[in-house]
Amino acid sequence: MTKFIDIKGVKHAYKTRNGLLPVLDGLDVEVGQGEFCAVVGPSGCGKSTLTRLVSGLMRPDEGAVVLDGQEVSSPRKTVGMAFQNPVMLEWRTILENVMLPLEIVAPKMPRAEAEARAEHLLAMVGLKGFEKKRPSELSGGMRQRASLCRAIVHKPQVLIMDEPFGALDNFTREDLWQTMRDLRAAEPFTCILITHDLRESVFLGDQVIVLSGRPARTQYVLDVDLPADRTIDILYEPKAVEMLHLLRDQIRIAQGRDGGAH
Amino acid sequence: MDKAQKIIVPLLAILVFLMLWEGIVWINDWPNYVMASPSDLPEAYWKYGHLFLTMGWQTLWRTVLGLAIAVVAGTLLGMVMGFSKIAREGLYPLLVGFNAIPKATLVPVLALLFIGQHDFNTVLMAFLISFFPIAVSVSIGLSTLEPEYRDILAALGASKFTIFRKIALPKTLPEFFGALKVAVTLAFIGTNLVEIVSPHGRGLGALFKSGETNGDYPLMFAVLIALAFLGIVLYYAVVALERIFAGWAERSPG
Repeated sequence: MTKFIDIKGVKHAYKTRNGLLPVLDGLDVEVGQGEFCAVVGPSGCGKSTLTRLVSGLMRPDEGAVVLDGQEVSSPRKTVGMAFQNPVMLEWRTILENVMLPLEIVAPKMPRAEAEARAEHLLAMVGLKGFEKKRPSELSGGMRQRASLCRAIVHKPQVLIMDEPFGALDNFTREDLWQTMRDLRAAEPFTCILITHDLRESVFLGDQVIVLSGRPARTQYVLDVDLPADRTIDILYEPKAVEMLHLLRDQIRIAQGRDGGAH
Repeated sequence: MDKAQKIIVPLLAILVFLMLWEGIVWINDWPNYVMASPSDLPEAYWKYGHLFLTMGWQTLWRTVLGLAIAVVAGTLLGMVMGFSKIAREGLYPLLVGFNAIPKATLVPVLALLFIGQHDFNTVLMAFLISFFPIAVSVSIGLSTLEPEYRDILAALGASKFTIFRKIALPKTLPEFFGALKVAVTLAFIGTNLVEIVSPHGRGLGALFKSGETNGDYPLMFAVLIALAFLGIVLYYAVVALERIFAGWAERSPG
């Protein structure tokens, strides 16, 4: 697999009143084309900074973020983003919300075509019949589904998600994992998912990267050797359970406590 | 039923208010030159009907023009303060200070600066008194825009102007209309202030003044009611605009 996203030796610090606050220090991530990379780590370790670097909203102090052979220096139209907050524009219908990126990326696309594309995606995530509704009329899980559609409506090469399912209840979250899996099967994209749910990282990821505590470096890389058409049941099979244990241990190390202390 | 209720209930409230007013004047047995009662008003409107129309029009157009300038200038000022932290920190004390000045004190200043320019002075005062809430609401709306809202477009390389047009501006509309409702009534106060205080003024304020000069209490109260009426009309015009442009912000019950 070629390295589609290549993050090499990235260091980054924020300026604060008390001087520089280093958040990333020696971050290395390699993601192949079409691969799904889940990133886990202790809270406040700089995971969200990673999303801003890959999307080009920020540049690293040191090191490089290379995307499809080109160094990322500014935002690009081939990126899609989804956040924990679904960020729905309340004055637009669900359909118009999903179409928003097309207005920027493909302003000349005929409206009918854009609508058809958005309707197709909404149907795929189970929101058929809700196109004309306002976001306030939908549940949190439904809004997040619409937000996923908006993130990929312009067929981005890279989808960056920052804890997109973090605010949902467990069952809704598992539903959305399966939606995500189906979307991937239908619409190939390379994905970076920031999460602090280890089960989520194993269910969705092709690889799971564990970041150390702040300042974060790549601490551990796990290859998730499970079939692509996973069901939730797979998480209860020995192979997955073993991976979850391993990741848990790595998180403990990242938090600065080793396994023996507990 | 629901719609009829929306019209009938406020009308009933107004009727009750007028009856209370009439009752208080009647119980105290106040003569006309102490306090007019609602039953004195129809005669005043009948007697000075054409004056009410021409003066009312004067007051209305100056208020609306002053308000329109306040909307444009207030929005621009709010944008500058909303986008630039330096501008915000620099301008806020100045604006608050200016807003704290009783505008009546500015009437002689304006009168001397622009002698005889009654229309201009009136519009200027309506503007000066009403732009503050608009500037503040727009600046707060823009400066409190959550970063994710910006990022969904910024990550695609959208320009600042596009982000403003597609996200920041519509998101600020509910706050803007809230401020505009306050500004409408303020603009009326500004217009009338100049109309009442300047010699040889025109508009409803001047009509009030002439009622005072001639000891015509029914006329004075008739002017006040006419002003209240115009205020209500303009207020609901803003509400109608709000429904059209920011109706999405209104949550349906349930």
